[in-house]
Amino acid sequence: MNKIIKKKRLNDTVTLMEIEAPWIAKKAQPGQFVILRVHEHGERIPLTIADYNPQAGTVTIIFQIVGATTEQLNHLEENDSLHDFVGPLGVPSKLDGLKKVAVIGGGVGCAIAYPIAKKLHENGVVVHSIVGFRNKDLIILEDEFKKVSHLYSVATDDGSYGTKGLVTHVLEDLLKRGEQYDEVFAIGPLIMMKFVSLLTKTYQIKTTVSMNPIMIDGTGMCGCCRLSVGGVTKFACVDGPDFDGHQVDFDTAIERSKMYQSFERRKREETCRLFHQEDN
Amino acid sequence: MANMNLKRNPMPTQDPNVRNHNFSEVALGYTKIQALDEASRCLHCKNQPCVSGCPVQIDIPSFIEKIKEEKFEEAYQVIAKSSSLPSVCGRVCPQETQCEAKCVRGIRGESVGIGRLERFVADLHHQKETEETMNVPFNGHKVAIIGSGPSGLACAGDLAKQGYAVTIFEALHLAGGVLVYGIPEFRLPKKIVQKEIDTLKKYGVDIQTNVVIGKTLSIDELMNNQGYEAIFIATGAGLPRFMNIPGENLNGVYSANEFLTRMNLMKSYELDSETPIQRAKKVAVVGGGNVAMDAARSAKRLGAEEVYIVYRRSLEELPARKEEVEHAKEEGIIFKLLSNPIEIIGNDQNFVKGMKCVEMELGEMDASGRRKPVVKEDSEFFLDVDCIIMAIGTSPNPLIKSTTEGLKTQPWGGIVIDEETGATSRPGIFAGGDAVTGAATVILAMGAGKLAAKSIDQYIKNK
Repeated sequence: MNKIIKKKRLNDTVTLMEIEAPWIAKKAQPGQFVILRVHEHGERIPLTIADYNPQAGTVTIIFQIVGATTEQLNHLEENDSLHDFVGPLGVPSKLDGLKKVAVIGGGVGCAIAYPIAKKLHENGVVVHSIVGFRNKDLIILEDEFKKVSHLYSVATDDGSYGTKGLVTHVLEDLLKRGEQYDEVFAIGPLIMMKFVSLLTKTYQIKTTVSMNPIMIDGTGMCGCCRLSVGGVTKFACVDGPDFDGHQVDFDTAIERSKMYQSFERRKREETCRLFHQEDN
Repeated sequence: MANMNLKRNPMPTQDPNVRNHNFSEVALGYTKIQALDEASRCLHCKNQPCVSGCPVQIDIPSFIEKIKEEKFEEAYQVIAKSSSLPSVCGRVCPQETQCEAKCVRGIRGESVGIGRLERFVADLHHQKETEETMNVPFNGHKVAIIGSGPSGLACAGDLAKQGYAVTIFEALHLAGGVLVYGIPEFRLPKKIVQKEIDTLKKYGVDIQTNVVIGKTLSIDELMNNQGYEAIFIATGAGLPRFMNIPGENLNGVYSANEFLTRMNLMKSYELDSETPIQRAKKVAVVGGGNVAMDAARSAKRLGAEEVYIVYRRSLEELPARKEEVEHAKEEGIIFKLLSNPIEIIGNDQNFVKGMKCVEMELGEMDASGRRKPVVKEDSEFFLDVDCIIMAIGTSPNPLIKSTTEGLKTQPWGGIVIDEETGATSRPGIFAGGDAVTGAATVILAMGAGKLAAKSIDQYIKNK
C-alpha cells in the first residue's frame, strides 16, 4: 500500500499525485514508469514518472482521466492509499552528451516531457520546449517548463493561447529559421509523435519518442506492449519506453492502442455511473 | 494380497460439456474408498522403480502403504519430507513420464495412480490444517529469494523451517509465480496455491510483492545494504517467444503468457473484471505443451465456439501431459497436428481474420531426438480464426543478468550453476528452476529450490 501525500488538480481532466514510495523514489530516473492498481480487483496500468524526490521518498504521477482506472484513481484523496505501486520500470532516457535539444510535449505527455527538460537543463543543455494543447484551459506545467527552458512555446488547436496550430508547425518554423538541435524528444499522442518524427527525419535530427502501449506486468513477461521498431519486435516495458522515432512503426502502434477501446469506454461509463450514484 | 485389477481407478471429473463453460476444477479427486482401492494396487516392489522416476525422490511405496493403513496424515508427512508442494504437484506433475512411467503395474495394464493418491492425501491434510503459527527460533541469518514461483516457495519453506529469516521478493502484486499467473484455475485452484503460501507465512516467511529485483532494488543492494547473506534467484522463464512471422503484431494475437495472465492473475473472465480480454469466436493456439492446452481450454471456457491446437509435429510428440491432452479433446478442442503457421492475416481494422498454415511431415531425427517436421509441398491452407495465441515457449528474463555484475549466463539467457549445489558464479548467490533450465516443470523447479536451500544452509554455516 502506498499513501497519497499530495493531490493537485492541474486542469479538468489532469491530476497530479505525490505517492509515498521510498525505494522507487531513490532509483527513479527520467523516462521510467510505474505500474499501479487502485484496488484489490483493479487493472494494472502503467504511468510515467513525472518527478521524484529521493529525500522525501515520494514519486509524482500526472494522469489524464481517460478510463475506469484513472477515474477511480482521481476519486482517491490525500492520505488514501494505492493498492499496488511498482517500479521504476523501463530504461531511463539517455540524456548524455547533448548541447541543444528540442523537447516537445503534447497534452498530458508534457508530464513526461517535463522531467526530461528539467534533467537536461540541470546538465547545462540548451532546451527549447514546445508544448501543445487543444485549448488554453488544458495547459499544464507552464511555470515549470519556463523555468527549465531557454525557449518556451505553446501551440493550441483553437488558437486560444500561444500559436494556433500544432507543435509540428512551431518546430518546423524554428527549424526553417535555422535552429539546430542535437536531438528532439517528442512525448505525447502517438499521432503527434509520428508527425514530429516524419518532420525531423527530413532534417535528419535524431528523435526519441516515449511509447505508452497497453501493458500488464511491465517486466517483459506478457509481450502485450510489443512494437515494431526498425522491423524488429521490441517490448516497450523492458526495451523502452524510449525508442528512435524514425524507426517506430507508428501506424501499427496506433491500431494496437485501440485493441480494447469498446471495453474501455463501457467500463468508464459504468465507473462514472457508480461514482455518480455515490455522490447523490 | 494386492488388488490385481489391470485398470486404475478413474479420476472423477466434471462432465466435459459442463466444465468447458466454467472455471471450476476439472478433476474432482478420489474419494476415500477409491484411494484405498487404488493404494491396494501397489505391489511394494523392493527396488522401488517409481522412486527413481521422481525428480525429488518421494518415498512413494511408504506413503501408499500409509494410505492402505488409513493413516492419511502420516502418508502426507512421508511426502512432505521430499516435496514442498504436494497438493500442487499431485495436480500438475507429468506423472506418466516420471514415477508412473516406472511403475511395474504399467507393464501389463495401467500403473498405480500415484499422482492421484498424492493429491488425495495432500487435500485431506489441508482440510484439517490448523491456524497456529509454527515457532522456529531465528538462527540469526537472513536469506533473500527472488521470485515466488514453485522454486522460490520450496527454497523458502526449507530454509524457514531451519530458522532462517527468509524474504521473498515478487515482481507482481500476488505471490505464486506461474502457479497464479500461468496455470488456470480449472487445473490448479488458486485457493490451493494460497494455502501453500499461507503455510510458509506461518513459518515466518516474509513476502514482499511489487518489488522488481534489478529495478526497485539490486541483488548487490540486498547483500551489501540489507544484510542478506545469501540469495536464491528463482525468477523463472517469463519472456514469451514469438514466431517472427508476418502479422504477429495484429490485434488479436496474444502470447500465451499475456492471455493466461489476463485470465488467471487478472480474472478477466469474470464479468465485473476491469482487465479486458478479447472474447473471440474462433481461436488458434500455436504449440503443443501444457501451456498451449491451458490456453486452448481457457479460450473455450471464455466462450469461443471453435478452438484449435496448431502443432507442427504429430500426436506422439505433443509435449503436454497426457491427461491434459485427453481433457482438451473431451472438451471439444480441435487438434490440427502436423501444421505450422506461416502468416497471420488481418482485416482493415488491423484485427486478425485468419492464419495461413502449411502441412508438415516428419523427417529425420533432429538434435532433440524427435523426428524433424518438414514442410509438405503445396500444402498451404487457411484457418478461419479471429484470435491467435502463441504458446511456443519462453526464455529467462534478462533483468537480473543485466543488473548483477559477474553473474555468468548461457548464451540463451539461462543462469550458469554448479549442478551439485545450485551455486552461481558469484559467491552467496544461488539459482534454480526455469531461470536456469529454461521452461520446465513445477516439480523440477521445486527440486531445484530444495537443493538450493540445502546448499545455502551449508554455505552460511561454513562462512
